Amino acid sequence: MVTAPSDTQRAIDAVWRIESARLIAGLARIVRDVGLAEELAQDALLTALERWPVSGIPDNPGAWLMTTAKHRALDELRRNQRLQRKHEELGHTIEATQPDLARDLEAALDDDVGDDLLRLVFTSCHPVLSSEARVALTLRLLGGLTTDEIARAFLVSEPTIAQRIVRAKRTLAEAQVPFEVPRGAALAARLSSVLEVVYLIFNEGYSATAGDDWMRPGLCEDALRLGRIIAGLMPDEPEVHGLVALLEIQASRAQARVGPSGEPILLLEQNRARWDRVLIGRGLAALMRAEQLGGARGPYALQAAIVACHARAATADDTDWPHIAALYAALVDLTPSPVVELNRAVAVAMAFGPAAGLAIVDTLTSNPALAEYHLLPSVRADLLFKLGRLDEARADFERAASLTRNARERDLLLARAANCTRASAP
Amino acid sequence: MRFMVIMIPGDKNVEKGAMPDAQTIDAMMKFNEELVKAGVMLAGEGLHPTSKGARIKFSGGKRTITDGPFTEAREIIGGYWLWQVKSKAEAVEWASRCPALEGDTLELRQVFEPADFGPEIAQKEAALMERIGKGIEKNQESGRK
Repeated sequence: MVTAPSDTQRAIDAVWRIESARLIAGLARIVRDVGLAEELAQDALLTALERWPVSGIPDNPGAWLMTTAKHRALDELRRNQRLQRKHEELGHTIEATQPDLARDLEAALDDDVGDDLLRLVFTSCHPVLSSEARVALTLRLLGGLTTDEIARAFLVSEPTIAQRIVRAKRTLAEAQVPFEVPRGAALAARLSSVLEVVYLIFNEGYSATAGDDWMRPGLCEDALRLGRIIAGLMPDEPEVHGLVALLEIQASRAQARVGPSGEPILLLEQNRARWDRVLIGRGLAALMRAEQLGGARGPYALQAAIVACHARAATADDTDWPHIAALYAALVDLTPSPVVELNRAVAVAMAFGPAAGLAIVDTLTSNPALAEYHLLPSVRADLLFKLGRLDEARADFERAASLTRNARERDLLLARAANCTRASAP
Repeated sequence: MRFMVIMIPGDKNVEKGAMPDAQTIDAMMKFNEELVKAGVMLAGEGLHPTSKGARIKFSGGKRTITDGPFTEAREIIGGYWLWQVKSKAEAVEWASRCPALEGDTLELRQVFEPADFGPEIAQKEAALMERIGKGIEKNQESGRK
């Protein structure tokens, strides 16, 4: 089947997006180096770009690419063996790190593709790399994004990302990071590192403003897809399902967060008809899986359970605030944080009245970590207002307004401050 | 982006409630599994024959309700999927891998998202304030947004 060149190019791009991660993963196990594996995979892609426009896309394009790349891998290994033999002739002692060709190719044919993909996940998210490097490498090797796409998504130049990826590969090679899935005691911490990368990518996408390059909100989809892939590879890990649940439900609100004039809308004021029910359903199912695996108290599962409470409420008034307050209490126990405690205060106020919430907020006012955090005085002001303590409320609204960098938010806070003077006590 | 993928079976016996053989079911389950493992599958269901359904026609200010079967219909939908993909080409590539039977057709339709609703909306969205851009901060106060 011969199609127009641009159609074939797009089709090949699609094949690459579907097959590249598995291809790189399978090669990485043979050559024991993700950098080399990616090069070999790219070479196979180039060959495909030459041949497929003429011969048509093969029935099993993944297998075609793997076979092509493996031939090149074999050549590479043979070349290195020749080099090694040459060195031995010259009397140099080389560590016998060369894999046994026949054994490895045999194993490569038999081994589960999923295992290789998982090895690639843990390698590209290795803690020896900086967060930035892990994100770029993961999007590149597992997400199938081009360097240019990653650069646009993170608002940096393409050479910056290219360099970041080159250095990441070099760091992995120099640190001799083995291409494997961590086991036993090491697994939990390494998994945490993987999930953190996915969450970082999602947050970057979630923070995109509508005027941005569309690669940016697209990061949410990329993160969701990565999360789902990892959940498929590690179905018995509750925190993976917890993270996926959190992302699915947060993403479900994407279309409701923005008003007709482009203004941001708070969750409690969002039109819930615009919440994506498909994603909510998926999120609730993933949360249930996490809970069934005994992971209800994991940090991601707890955060997911909180957003799930909102997702289940048909209207804001239906929100189960006592449950949310309890979940925040569990979360603060697990990952102590003044911001989480502030969120707990908000939930407690909604559940048990403003005085109860204020009691918690007042324990945070002298916390240096929150000294410049505008939401602290903002929340406090709101609670004081509800309690009829208008002078104090006005002072805190003004303080919050002075701390926020957002002009619209400042206007809103100043308006509320002005309202304190005009309002009569409830 | 999302695509709805509609299966139009070639075999008219599907309408009579005939179930596909074990091999076909198995192959389709494996295909669905691949979609799930790739993070692409959002939803997917098979549909009962039209005999269990109904049609409502809106015409001349009136609604006319007809119960199935709809034997005169040329293309009857047997099932659908909802996929999350990067491009139409990716949706096409996945669809090409479907273990469909002789005579089957898959129709791919892109799902509307608000960004598709014209430049005017996009312009309004472009005036969005920095507030919505504070992703991490807002996520930390997830109870409020």
